[in-house]
Amino acid sequence: MDLQEFVQHFAEQFDETDASIFTPQTKFHDLEEWSSLIGLSVIGMVDEEYDVALKGNDVKGSVTIEDLYNIVKSRI
Amino acid sequence: MLSNPFSLESKTVLITGASSGIGRATAIECAKIGAHCVITGRNQERLQQTFEQLEGQGHVQIIADLASQEGIQTLAEQVPQLDGLVNNAGINLMKPIGFIKGDDLEKIYTTNTFAPILLTKFLLKKKKLNAGASIVFISSSAAMGSGIGNAVYGTSKAAIMSFSKYCARELAPKIRSNSIHPGMVETELIQGREFSDADMEADRQKYLLKRYGKPEEIAYSVIFLLSDASAWITGHALVIDGGRRV
Repeated sequence: MDLQEFVQHFAEQFDETDASIFTPQTKFHDLEEWSSLIGLSVIGMVDEEYDVALKGNDVKGSVTIEDLYNIVKSRI
Repeated sequence: MLSNPFSLESKTVLITGASSGIGRATAIECAKIGAHCVITGRNQERLQQTFEQLEGQGHVQIIADLASQEGIQTLAEQVPQLDGLVNNAGINLMKPIGFIKGDDLEKIYTTNTFAPILLTKFLLKKKKLNAGASIVFISSSAAMGSGIGNAVYGTSKAAIMSFSKYCARELAPKIRSNSIHPGMVETELIQGREFSDADMEADRQKYLLKRYGKPEEIAYSVIFLLSDASAWITGHALVIDGGRRV
């Protein structure tokens, strides 16, 4: 599992936010476009790409994209 | 003794999905108010837990898998003559439209839509529903398009709302049919899932009554629709959502 690839998949869930601003350190809850629908999309993306079932509390409890990556990685 | 139109005394009622949540609460409350309950579920242990909580005598439990047509047909053969049918068994899926898979549709529709339609059909075919019987479908407020990520679940429940109205039309005047549309109810169906605890708490505050429902608060309306107190109500879709959609 590759961190850069995960960041890219994460960024794909957004429509308005420029892909270039996403890094492993991005605090995604602070992004203007962040919403509960995008949260659900991230859960859907992780299910599709990594076959891992995230819960709402996993997303809520993560600050950076890398935090979430680490959760997914630990469950593969 | 004064007769109570809200009583289910001497009525036999089949409740699907009785091993947890709204189905379990419905079975327990129906038994309290005098019904003979026929309860079904997939999980023997959990169904037994419900069975043990049923007051009174004459209740029956039947393990059935409503995901297969054979399972539904067998159940329809096994049950006694019925005065009430509560099509409650259901499963949930929370996914944005862009992530829906064909398998998701098949799985959710099989349990939430095909099973109640086929069970109703087989019970009618075998003439198991007595004259004066009442059918209650547990649909959802999601049938009206509420919430995000609910497209598959909501459409599966919208189909049932529509089916209930067709039952009302085709089975009148002998048999009544109504659907109930709960908002969020505190059951296992909604716990520890895609929404965080903080999101859920924020969502509760959007309800006028500032909380989600309790399973028995849905059961009480099921009882009303099964009872003679609702003898002139058919084809109705009853929303019970703590004022969320006002």
